[in-house]
Amino acid sequence: MSAQVQTAQLKSGAAGAAVFAGSESRKYNYYEPKGRKATHYEDMTVDVQPDPERYLLQDWIISFGDGRPAYSKDSTAAKSSNWHKFRAIDQEWERTHYQRQSTICGMIQNVIDNGRKSGAASRFDKTWVKVLQDHLGAYKHAEFGLGTATMQAQRYGYTQMINNAVLTNSSYKLRFAQDLTLYLAELGIDIGATLDTAAGKKHWLEDPVWQGARKSVESIMGATDYLEQYFAINLVFEPLVGELFRSGFIMQLAAAQGDFITPAVVSAAEADYERNLANAVELFHILAHEPEHAAHNQGVFNGWLAEHGALALEAAKNLQPIWSQPRVKVSSFADALAAAKNRIKTITTEVGIRAPASLTA
Amino acid sequence: MTASLTLNKITAQKGIGITEAANRVADLGWTPSYVQEAMTFPTDYKISKVARDPMKQVLRSYFPMQEEKDNRVYGALDAALRGDMFRNVEPRWVEWMKLFLAIIPFPEISAARSMAMVGRLAPGEELRTGFTMQMVDEFRHSTIQMNLKKWYMENYIDPAGFDITEAAFGKCYATTIGRQFAEGFITGDAITSANVYLTVVAETAFTNTLFVAMPSEAARNGDYALPTVFLSVQSDESRHIGNGHSMLMSMINNPDNHLLLERDLKYAFWQNHAIVDAAIGTFIEYGTTNRDKNKESYAELWHRWIYEDYYRTYMLPLEKYGIKIHHDDVAEAWDRIVKKNYVHKVAQFFSVGWPVNFWRIEAQTEKDFEWFEHKYPGWYAEFGDYWKWYGKKSKPGETNILFDQENGYVYPHRCWSCMVPCLIREDIVCDEVDGKIYTYCSKQCAWTHKVAFAAEYEGRPTPAMGRFSGRREWEDCYHGWDLADAIKDLGFVRPDGKTLVPQPHLRFDDKEMWTLDHVRGHTLQSPLRLLRELSPADREKSLAEYRKGFKIRSFN
Ligand SMILES: [Fe+2]
Ligand SMILES: [Fe+2]
Ligand SMILES: [Zn+2]
Repeated sequence: MSAQVQTAQLKSGAAGAAVFAGSESRKYNYYEPKGRKATHYEDMTVDVQPDPERYLLQDWIISFGDGRPAYSKDSTAAKSSNWHKFRAIDQEWERTHYQRQSTICGMIQNVIDNGRKSGAASRFDKTWVKVLQDHLGAYKHAEFGLGTATMQAQRYGYTQMINNAVLTNSSYKLRFAQDLTLYLAELGIDIGATLDTAAGKKHWLEDPVWQGARKSVESIMGATDYLEQYFAINLVFEPLVGELFRSGFIMQLAAAQGDFITPAVVSAAEADYERNLANAVELFHILAHEPEHAAHNQGVFNGWLAEHGALALEAAKNLQPIWSQPRVKVSSFADALAAAKNRIKTITTEVGIRAPASLTA
Repeated sequence: MTASLTLNKITAQKGIGITEAANRVADLGWTPSYVQEAMTFPTDYKISKVARDPMKQVLRSYFPMQEEKDNRVYGALDAALRGDMFRNVEPRWVEWMKLFLAIIPFPEISAARSMAMVGRLAPGEELRTGFTMQMVDEFRHSTIQMNLKKWYMENYIDPAGFDITEAAFGKCYATTIGRQFAEGFITGDAITSANVYLTVVAETAFTNTLFVAMPSEAARNGDYALPTVFLSVQSDESRHIGNGHSMLMSMINNPDNHLLLERDLKYAFWQNHAIVDAAIGTFIEYGTTNRDKNKESYAELWHRWIYEDYYRTYMLPLEKYGIKIHHDDVAEAWDRIVKKNYVHKVAQFFSVGWPVNFWRIEAQTEKDFEWFEHKYPGWYAEFGDYWKWYGKKSKPGETNILFDQENGYVYPHRCWSCMVPCLIREDIVCDEVDGKIYTYCSKQCAWTHKVAFAAEYEGRPTPAMGRFSGRREWEDCYHGWDLADAIKDLGFVRPDGKTLVPQPHLRFDDKEMWTLDHVRGHTLQSPLRLLRELSPADREKSLAEYRKGFKIRSFN
């Protein structure tokens, strides 16, 4: 009996309790890190979605009725000699994602609560309230549409890195669509019956000002190529329409209308976009400089740019009348559009493709 | 439970309540009129426009609630290290986590992917919102599990096997069943896979054994980390189960769907049983050192979670909608567990194949025998000697038990459907599909391949249904290979280039560890290839022999 107690005391399952072959092999060793050392994000992400060309010995073992495998390189027109190269710039895994999302939710809630305590909404310019009601109210649907498009897209990517970057993009878009919805509802409580929370959707569906945007978003939602969706959202719609409206309109004009709250709510989406953009630029840059398929991919991207660019530009131009609606005018549509065009020029240059003149001049 | 409490607390201070918030969020969707969404993930089901009783949920309370849960998980992991958890952890248990945690992150992320498939079919935006949250949840589950695995790798005495985890997942002869499980969520008819197989069956029935029963066993083996992570994971499941039920209810009133629902409930239940019970049953019964006779056995747990909680209170009520429930299969699954020793035969099979695994499996000993005999009368007569042989053959220099001729074990055929071998020998089915011979563990699995996964079901075209594909028999991949070469190809060799990752014991000492040289000189073969090569008459003879089973030689 006492002998047993003794062995029990000697026995330890802790690292370093014994030295033998492999006892110091304490790193995931089946993939090439992007940098010198593997990051935590890479450890959480790389190779979780298997690939018959790497370790999937038995190949995909269930296919769709038409023979398509669970994951296929044919889910996009773009080609790659190494789909596994991409790493998300924002390095998100679950913990960082929830921390960031939760912080934003808390920030927005604080802004709304403090505004309520200080009666901030009552100092909003009356005309501005209607602008928020109609147009911020309409715009929230665009965000929602892009959120559902990325939710769809995250099913198709050839690697876990791509799919998770698209998934967090979706999560950010859907959160922001809800942020706007609930913010306007809260504003309705502070302002009273004069704010019609149903007006936004009506404008989204019927107001000519928004039909270009809706068509552009629906074209993205209806695309069947997941990378086309990801491309059209982050490289085309966001700079030309999303940022144009968020930065070029709301953020620029709100303060002059006595509104210090809406910019705080909207600013979260600007920061979300910086991350999503960085991820998307990284991916499309890799593909545009592919050792084997650069020319092919650039051709594909130019096609997407032309198609979605035309729709987004039309959408942007349709929005022009909104700039003349606030009582206090501090910036012009022309300036905002010029900034948007400049932005898309910068983005496409970074990716390594050329935006058509119509989008940049 | 805590979910709704936290939600209430958060929303109480707000201007608008959760119901109103959820209603407003649900109004974000619209029906496109310029460009229609493509139905890229087809289904043969008909879905009504209105969802029944979707849960009320919004992201602004969801994210803070989840972050809070995460904080508790990561706090507990830190505390476990401060408390020197690994000094007292049972290596027998942690070794099996090399298998479990190699498998589970892929099914989890597959569940996230499958939300795209039901998201577009969701009747009503409230349910679509539910699916988006589930998508983010499943991303949480996949990466939180990768994190736990890394944590074991960094802190447990033998990291080999954790270090190759995702590569091992794609190659090992045991993880193949986990891939069948996960691919079932993401391929084929969107409702079959993402609703019935994933949610109505896997999440609603089997996550209780996975994420509740297993954590209890972990704790009994000094592992406080796994319970922390997995109970947190499980706390998301009630939401998923609610989503799945709501979706189910939007189809069940249409009699056109009944035939397909009956097919899918039958397929999904049987395959979940075959796969989940094989794996989790083994972890709980064979990965433990705790032999407390008062604790529930896997069979008892199964009866509580699957039979009482799921079959009686979830499935049976579906009959009032006119759905025929596969009572016989539930009874048969139960018989396989209590009378036909399914779990014990799986554990035996896993251990026989230790050289082509990537974790350590030690022999069961006298102390274990007593518990098994107590819980499963007759166990000792069937399995006692086997484990004694296994203990003897765990020393390098002996013939590895996979090729050992002395003990009497006969290597089994694989089931083409669930990928677990045909271990209940008398139940093996051999059948022909599209002119080819296949083996199955049971008539239910034969039906799954031949009848359910086909272009037509009972005279009705089912173009959306999936198909079995790939090199489904693992053994076929290494047919004719020398065992040592196969292990090298699998990547199951330690950094010294010769010592095997898997070992048939828990002796952490180079002198006791097997190397490539110890296993060289044996040729792997595919039982299915050999069976196909036989003449029909010889095949019948071979199968008749197989059905008689084998007898382990007595060990003296
Ligand atoms: Fe999950
Ligand atoms: Fe789940
Ligand atoms: Zn089977």
